[in-house]
Amino acid sequence: MLRFALQRLFSLAISLVVASLVIFFVIEVIPGDPAAYMLGMNAQPETVAALRRELGLDAGPFARYLAWVGGMLVGDFGTSYTYRVPVSELVLARLGVSLPLTLYALLLSTAIAFPVGLIAAARRGSGLDAGIMGATQLGIAIPNFWFAMLLVLVFAISLQWFSAGGFPGWDKGFWINIKALTLPAVALALPQASILARVMRSAVIETLGQDYIRTARAKGLSQRQSVLRHALRNALIPVLTIIGLQFSFLLAGAIIIENVFFLPGLGRLIFQAITQRDLIVVESVVMLLVFAVILVTFLVDMAYAAADPRLRRRGA
Amino acid sequence: MRRAPLTLLAGAALTGVFALAALVSLLWTPFDVTAMNIGARLQAPNAQHWFGTDHFGRDVLSMIMVGARISIAVAVVAVGMGMVLGVPLGLLAAANRGGLLDEVIMRGNDLIFAFPALVIAILITAVFGPSAVNAIIAIGIFNTPVFARVARGGALSLWTLDYIRAAEVSGKGKLRISAEHILPNIANLLIVQGTIQFSLGILAEAALSYVGLGAQPPMPSWGRMLAEAQTMISFAPHLAILPGLAIVLTVLGLNLMGDGLRDSLDPKLRRAR
Repeated sequence: MLRFALQRLFSLAISLVVASLVIFFVIEVIPGDPAAYMLGMNAQPETVAALRRELGLDAGPFARYLAWVGGMLVGDFGTSYTYRVPVSELVLARLGVSLPLTLYALLLSTAIAFPVGLIAAARRGSGLDAGIMGATQLGIAIPNFWFAMLLVLVFAISLQWFSAGGFPGWDKGFWINIKALTLPAVALALPQASILARVMRSAVIETLGQDYIRTARAKGLSQRQSVLRHALRNALIPVLTIIGLQFSFLLAGAIIIENVFFLPGLGRLIFQAITQRDLIVVESVVMLLVFAVILVTFLVDMAYAAADPRLRRRGA
Repeated sequence: MRRAPLTLLAGAALTGVFALAALVSLLWTPFDVTAMNIGARLQAPNAQHWFGTDHFGRDVLSMIMVGARISIAVAVVAVGMGMVLGVPLGLLAAANRGGLLDEVIMRGNDLIFAFPALVIAILITAVFGPSAVNAIIAIGIFNTPVFARVARGGALSLWTLDYIRAAEVSGKGKLRISAEHILPNIANLLIVQGTIQFSLGILAEAALSYVGLGAQPPMPSWGRMLAEAQTMISFAPHLAILPGLAIVLTVLGLNLMGDGLRDSLDPKLRRAR
């Protein structure tokens, strides 16, 4: 297990280095002079020169890359050009919205998909199964941000159970913020839950066809017992993989859905940064997002090595 | 001969409606999508404007038709790009299975998987500005590793078969075998995956243009129609509901078509799932 973990950790490090090189290249090398690009066409040469100095652009690309990565390792992401505050400060504040939203949605999606997929598999071929499959087919086709707008229309505007957007801030208490994140989380979670429920269903159906399930039934376990005790655990591997993948979809989705609910998260930060050409912020936030995805992939690998010893020996 | 499954027909019909709307919009739309008519603004669906009008008095049906064109064009080109780049990489990796090239290609794939389509679009847009072309590039890059994986997976199982071995023994090179024997035999897989990526592409294009990273005004696109509708949702809900329904039905049609194609093209695939 230790060897496997070290191997994975090594490839995690390699991925991060390559990803950071790609991001650095696109943001800082392709535009030629990032300072001139950030200030636009009408900038005075002196202003450009001043920004060049501030960003340390007089150094070569390689030295700048090392400075950027070295800074990130100690939590220094540079200073936002438009906000004039450290990027780490900006990002940390916004993460307080985006990350809880993503996790809330992941939790909801899993909590919905598990029982739904399990029931569909256990009642394969029934009317209930057909209904669930039809509903999930529809769920997959719905863009989450549009679903979010429909939720606002029904639950915020017509029924007035929730506010249509905004975020009070964590200093105002826990539940009031959870309530503010509920509609966005539901909008994010349902399409993903549809996918997950389908994966869950086919994984359970697949394991139900295995010999050990027949043995379990033969020794007298009921269908329900054999599903819960044996099939579920073995079906978890493909399901875990999909949950890991869903994290990156949900994170990207959170960034989009924040627009529907006017949430002050990473999404708002990055889209404002794009319009204001604040490349420093774009660069750091993109790196952070990619880091999150790579890290979750690593954690999923570790989780199923823990769940299934056979995967550890394969090594790859 | 198996009968064409119902899902295939239903999916093809749904997709066909929107493809037809897109084609017709090249020649004719009920109203001019760029013509503003403030006097007729924010009308609910009625006899003259079947889908109502927006805040500039533009006809929503006409905009949805032109929007179909953008959505479909972006998704099709992005699928094409993913196939053209990904399939040769996948074939190459399979031909050198276990070798260094295979390893490099597959690790490269993993790396691209770490960049969600939205993040690629953010990177491209930050430097080149938003446009439909940049949306295509972003979705195309996102599609590439998907096709590489499917091509490699399909090719790997073929490389163990006798007739491929025979071709190898008779002196054909790896590249020639890949092109002449492997590619035609994984075409089914690629078509099915193409349909899936097509529907994901429609969703991705809508999301990108919703956040302003896709097609730019005055070109109507489904995503941007939704973004504009958002502030008017309490008094003009039709503006938010109709373009969204267009997206859902197109994607649903493509997904059903993909499922149906998978079932009818290759019964083996069904079992493999």
